[in-house]
Parts: sequence; C-alpha cells; structure tokens
Amino acid sequence: MERRMNRPVGCLAPEFGIQPGVSVDRPGILTCFVRTVLARTGYAALLLVGVVLPSYLESRGQEYPYFVTYSQEMEEPGNLDIEMFNVVGNPQGGNSFIGSDIEFEYGLKGWWTTEFYLDGQATQNQSTIFTGFRWENRFRPLPREHWINPVFYAEFEDTSADKTIREVVGHDGRYDFLVPNGLAHMDKERELELKLILGSNLRGWNISENFIAEKNLAGDPWEFGYAFGVSRPLQLAARAHECVFCPEKFQAGIEMYGGLGDTDGFGLHLTSQYLGPTVNWTTPNGMTVALSPQFGLNGYSIPVLYRFSVSYEFQQFFSHFHRSGQ
Amino acid sequence: MTSRPALFFIAALLIISSSLAGFATSNGAWLTNVPQRERERANPYRDQPDAVAAGRRIYLDHCAHCHGNDADGTKKRPSLKSARVQQEVTDGDLHWLLVNGNRGQGMPSWVKLGDPQIWQVICYVKSLH
Repeated sequence: MERRMNRPVGCLAPEFGIQPGVSVDRPGILTCFVRTVLARTGYAALLLVGVVLPSYLESRGQEYPYFVTYSQEMEEPGNLDIEMFNVVGNPQGGNSFIGSDIEFEYGLKGWWTTEFYLDGQATQNQSTIFTGFRWENRFRPLPREHWINPVFYAEFEDTSADKTIREVVGHDGRYDFLVPNGLAHMDKERELELKLILGSNLRGWNISENFIAEKNLAGDPWEFGYAFGVSRPLQLAARAHECVFCPEKFQAGIEMYGGLGDTDGFGLHLTSQYLGPTVNWTTPNGMTVALSPQFGLNGYSIPVLYRFSVSYEFQQFFSHFHRSGQ
Repeated sequence: MTSRPALFFIAALLIISSSLAGFATSNGAWLTNVPQRERERANPYRDQPDAVAAGRRIYLDHCAHCHGNDADGTKKRPSLKSARVQQEVTDGDLHWLLVNGNRGQGMPSWVKLGDPQIWQVICYVKSLH
C-alpha cells in the first residue's frame, strides 16, 4: 500500500533519505532553484540586482549569441559584464536539471580580459547545489585585426556535480548526468583548461572556432573538445531613430560543439556532439537576452538542451565610484 | 597534492601576462600606422543626414562613456572635436582606428559593429566640427 506524504519536501532534501514506496510532493525544478538561491543569497542579491545595478545600466549591444563558443572579442577595458547563463536538459533515464552560472567579466586591458564564474545546478527529485567556481583569463597577442585573430585562454576550475555544460570535452556524455547529486558532489574536479580561440569578422559575419584541452589536476589524461559558431546581425546598418525590435538589435547564428576524446583515444568515438540555432536580442536599456535550443547529434548526447542567458554590461564600471567620491 | 599544480598554473599565468605586456606599449602615433589605401577609403554614408542621426545613437551607446556625451573628451580620453580629428584625420583613418583599435592606449576594436555602423559613427563624429 502506497504511503503518501502531502507536505512538500524541501529543495535540499537528500535524494537517498526517502523510504521506498513513499511518494512525496516536490516543488517544481524552477521553484526549487529560485527558492534555494533566494534562501542562500538573501536580500543582498535582490538589492544588488533590483536596485543598484539598474542605476548603472548603460545602453549597449552587439554581443555575439554564443553560449559555448568564445569569439576573439575582448571586453572593453574598464567595462564589467555580468551574465547569467542557464541550461535545461533532460537526459534519457535521468532527471531534468537546470544548470546556472553567473559570470563577472572585466576588461583589464585591451588585450587582457578576466572572468570569474559561480556555478550551481538543480536536479529534479534531487537537490539544488552550489557546484563551484571558475576563473579564466583571455589574452589577445596581436594588437590589430587580421583575417584570423587568435586569443589564448587559460582557466582554473574547482567544481563538482557541474551541469552548466559550458564546454564539452573528452568523453563527456549523457551518462555523466545520471549520477545522483549526492554522489557527484563528493567528486571534486580541479581542472586546468586551455583554449585556442580563433575568430574572424567578414562582411558582418562572425566566425569563431575554439580548440579545447582540459586536464584534471588529479592526474586524468588531457581531454579535448571543440566549439564552432557563426553569427550575423539581422541588419548591419543602424536606424536613425531608437527602436525596440528593429533587425539590428538581433543577432542570429549557429553553434556546434562536442568532445574529441582524450590522449588515450583521440576522435569522435564515444563523444557527445551538439548543434543548434542561436539568437540574441539587445533591449533599449542595454540588457541582452539570448536563447538557443541545441540538439544532441548522437545517442551519447542529451537529446535537447535549452539554453538562455541574460546579461548587462556596465561601461567604465569603476569610474562610477570615482565620480561619486568627488 | 593539488596545491602544486595550482601554484604552477598561477605562476604560468603571471609569466604569460608579463610577456604580453609588451603589446600594451603606448602608441600615440597611430596615424602613422594607417596604410595609404585605408586612409583614402571613402565613407559610403557621407552627407546622409540619417547616417549622422544613426551614428549619434551608436556613439552614445558605445563611445560616450569615454569620450563624453558631447565628444569633448574626458580626463583620460581625447576630445573628438579637436582640429586633428576634424581636419587632419580622414574618414578612412578613423575607420582603420575603429576596426583595429589602439589597445595599448585603451582604445578597443569596434570591428564587431560592422562596417556600416562604423561608417555611420564616423559621419556623426565628423559632423561635430
């Protein structure tokens, strides 16, 4: 006989603590995620996002609509970009999840951009957890524009149970997402990631290619991956008058990425691959919203990933403080 | 034992940063780097009132924070109403600067705007004389 508990179970309930045969009412995944984030960050985050940041908002745009692929563009010196990335997936045989990260990207120099990420995820019927942080730096060695512009990328990450899928390397696949959070969270991954980013701008098109090498510092072999993106604004010339939905406010493109095996077996065998259209829209107040459904190309991939992001850029961020001090 | 690779990574990062700092040397004479062919490029939007209006919008979005809302310059960034910008520098020169930037001096590349918007903002800047 099925026993049923009618009270909702908290988001942080351990996934192994429920008796067999007991059915429980659990909150939806988004509700669960939002509730936990609010509980953990408190009203300070609300104040920051809702009151302080909009007062600094500056109109801006022209971000490329990529989620995984890096372009050759660097952050303008002194600008701070804050972006919230999200990915929703439902791996076959597993639970739906939403992986999120918040990114702080700052232009230190015209040739040097640094970024810091905080990652988290919520898995249906499991838990909502903070999964770690990442710190990355990008260096552009050539000061001028060329047909192909290289950028060197180095990242250190300390994560566990990460589901943000900001890159796919080695033999990453849908089976990684079947491990319960309780177990996956115990497996700390401290990794060094290197990328060679190549980007070109040609007649309004941006073409970007990334070659990825990642190594778990615990001693695993180097893993490899790639990402490729191509995009273009729907209209290149700007209109004379302000508009909300005019074509130059939209950028559309295609993104493809996947693993390339590791040093023990380089190639596409047992790797996951994704391809999908992507689009972004810059609102008149400078916020950029991006959406992309990305489809797994083989049985090793999650069938569909739904990605969305919101970003603000604060131009000359620290100059605000200088001015207020005068 | 993970602390040693982490320290190695940080040290490598600092070395790379230092070596790349050479690229950030100042280049106040950017005009001398502009190829003749680029200097002579004609602005396809020249004398179009709509291009000036569109260029003003682009300028306010991307340039005003450094160069000022009225392009008079700020503490560290130059005025765009100077005689050099308005008379000495050609549209082609400005196009080359906006495409390539002058990263050592803090001027980023705006190639991501695309040629039409770059020409439009040049129309606006040149209309300020």
